[in-house]
Amino acid sequence: MAARPLPMRRLPGWLDATRRRLFATPLDAAISLVCLYLVWRMAVPLVHWTLLDANWQGTSRDDCTSPGACWVFIRARFGQFMYGQYPLDQRWRVDLAGALAVVAGALLAVRRLPGRARLATAAVIVLPPLGIWLLYGGWGLRIVETREWGGLMLTLFLTVYAGLISVPLGVLLALGRRSRLPLIRLGCVVFIEFWRGVPIITVIFLASMLLPLIMPTGFDVDRLARAVIGLAFVVAAYMAEAVRGGLQAVPEGQAEAAAAVGLGYWRITRLIVLPQALRIALPAMTNEFISLFKSTTLVLIVSIFDLLGIAQAALADPAWVGMNMEAYVFAGTIYWFSCFALSRWSIAREKRLQAAYGR
Amino acid sequence: MLTLFRDRKVRDVLWQVVAVVGMVAVVFFFVRNASANMVKAGMASGFNFLWRDSGIEVPFNLTGYKPSDTILALLWTGIVNTLLVSAAAIVVATVIGFTVGLLRLSRNWLLSTLAGAYIEFVRNIPLLFFVLFWYFGVLASLPGPKESYGLFDVIFLNRRGLSIPTPTEMTAFRWAGFAIVMLILVQIALAAWARRRQARSGQSFPVWPVGFVVIGFLPLAALVWAGMLTPWDLPILRGFNYRGGFVLVPEFVALFAALSTYTAGFIAEIVRGGVQSVPQGQIDAARALGLGSGRIARLVVIPQALPVIIPPITGQYLNLIKNSSFGAAIAYPEIVSVFMGSALVATGQAIEIIATTLAIYLSIGLAVSAFMNWYNARMRLVTR
Repeated sequence: MAARPLPMRRLPGWLDATRRRLFATPLDAAISLVCLYLVWRMAVPLVHWTLLDANWQGTSRDDCTSPGACWVFIRARFGQFMYGQYPLDQRWRVDLAGALAVVAGALLAVRRLPGRARLATAAVIVLPPLGIWLLYGGWGLRIVETREWGGLMLTLFLTVYAGLISVPLGVLLALGRRSRLPLIRLGCVVFIEFWRGVPIITVIFLASMLLPLIMPTGFDVDRLARAVIGLAFVVAAYMAEAVRGGLQAVPEGQAEAAAAVGLGYWRITRLIVLPQALRIALPAMTNEFISLFKSTTLVLIVSIFDLLGIAQAALADPAWVGMNMEAYVFAGTIYWFSCFALSRWSIAREKRLQAAYGR
Repeated sequence: MLTLFRDRKVRDVLWQVVAVVGMVAVVFFFVRNASANMVKAGMASGFNFLWRDSGIEVPFNLTGYKPSDTILALLWTGIVNTLLVSAAAIVVATVIGFTVGLLRLSRNWLLSTLAGAYIEFVRNIPLLFFVLFWYFGVLASLPGPKESYGLFDVIFLNRRGLSIPTPTEMTAFRWAGFAIVMLILVQIALAAWARRRQARSGQSFPVWPVGFVVIGFLPLAALVWAGMLTPWDLPILRGFNYRGGFVLVPEFVALFAALSTYTAGFIAEIVRGGVQSVPQGQIDAARALGLGSGRIARLVVIPQALPVIIPPITGQYLNLIKNSSFGAAIAYPEIVSVFMGSALVATGQAIEIIATTLAIYLSIGLAVSAFMNWYNARMRLVTR
């Protein structure tokens, strides 16, 4: 029997908790002290660099006189980090598209909204083409070529549109993989395992080189659209596996009961199986969405400049030599907060689900 | 006719025929377009280009490749570099991942919070960010060769990479390797004998403490001994750079560091989940039987946690191998960078090169998952 520490005199609340958590045994105390020291050694220079000794005001490199970070650089290039080379006087269109997406998302998040399902369908049908019209132009708006897009806006565009394609495609693939028909099952398995087995970089390469080649002569696929299609195929394969998990969790009896009442395959799927399966699969699908958000950085390889690409390109500016850390910290922080928020939401969602299903 | 269509079997066949015909039509459409476009652009086809001279310089290779070699040799160099960085990163990611995952379960609040912070930090940032950060942020800001960081004056780290000594002759190491294999066999025999004796007489034998000496300490001693006997080629500062030894280029170091620290975050979560999946009652029961914490871990926790841990970790290993293609972003000469990049630009044969690259990744993936399935099946047998 290991020697238990003797019961100590009770201390008031937080002190007692601290003792239990950090100083339960002499070894624990030693570990805690070493950890505290290391954290202190790392945190102090970090706080000095990012906040206390940082430069906030000014317009050029020469304004950065104190030893800390030169946030002036980020301020000067903030527009580029957000919009890339998108024309200055047209940037309201990007803002409007973003605002529309946020408003629609917030509205649909209200659970007691009347007619929520119909509204969601309408939003999914209307908003994506509207977004492309706002961003690209035509029909009265000035056309902004996709090579002028960049920065955070491009990252979000890639994520949202590749995501929008991959969800329905993934659902179809997951259904196909569980199909009764052997040839369809085989086709879906091959499709899923193929895209899951190859690196995303090669897929983006493949899409950007092969898509123009396999289209009829003279039919040009936009460079950005190629990247979206490549990403969507890979993510659809991963989505399919997430959805399959959800499908497997719906008890067989449900579909059998529906069939006994006389519903056909598509109605059983649409009314009985999918609503439950998607609800269960949502956390896993969110995780795939997070991966997609992180994978969009790879378009850098075909010279499309998303947030990370713009940060990387900004380092080559001779007027701002040596701003590597500032650019990376800024871009990294945005990525981190977005992914962290999404993953927290996914975890909370999963907990609620477990409570609802009593597991 | 209509009654025929109501028959489910007929409908099933019909649907499949429609699907296959549709697929074939789409593929035919694409292939026709592709061949028309290729004829128009005057592109060659076929795999003859593999035997052409490449003329492409590869700064970092273990295969003895020269620019006058064939493109096939170039591809092989790329494969070796991919496998090299993947293997090194897998080992280190596993070590860091298990450590952090177990620390996350520590009773010490500070330790487990720090482990959690590490996990959340690496998992929520894109891998490409880490690759670029290590390459342009960390390694580019290292001092030049003259002010290198040195370790015992044999290993040097500077802007040009990590210089490590290499043995000039392998005889002693071959003997050491032989000795290590023998020691492992001795340990296996010892364990079998101890198990039989315990079954017969109930007496236990300290297999693991002895094994620690036999397969832990003695091989280390053998390696040290071999290292002392072998003449080494040491990196030495001559003029502006280090000569001698072997230089791990900064691209390798950056990719290796990014891959191993990033994947470690995912492995840590898997390890934590696996250990937590063992019910507390099992541990309480083992303690009630009088087992010590070491034996509880070895006999109760690990055998039940491993089958939970291994399948997702296999997935992470596969991801890591696929992610080694991120080296293309910093021109580490792995498959994508030398073959899909340089060789494609040199030959212009996009379809053949892309198909070959994808086939290589798919077969590496199949090989790893086949091995892991075999290993996993064995592990499952242990727990019934």
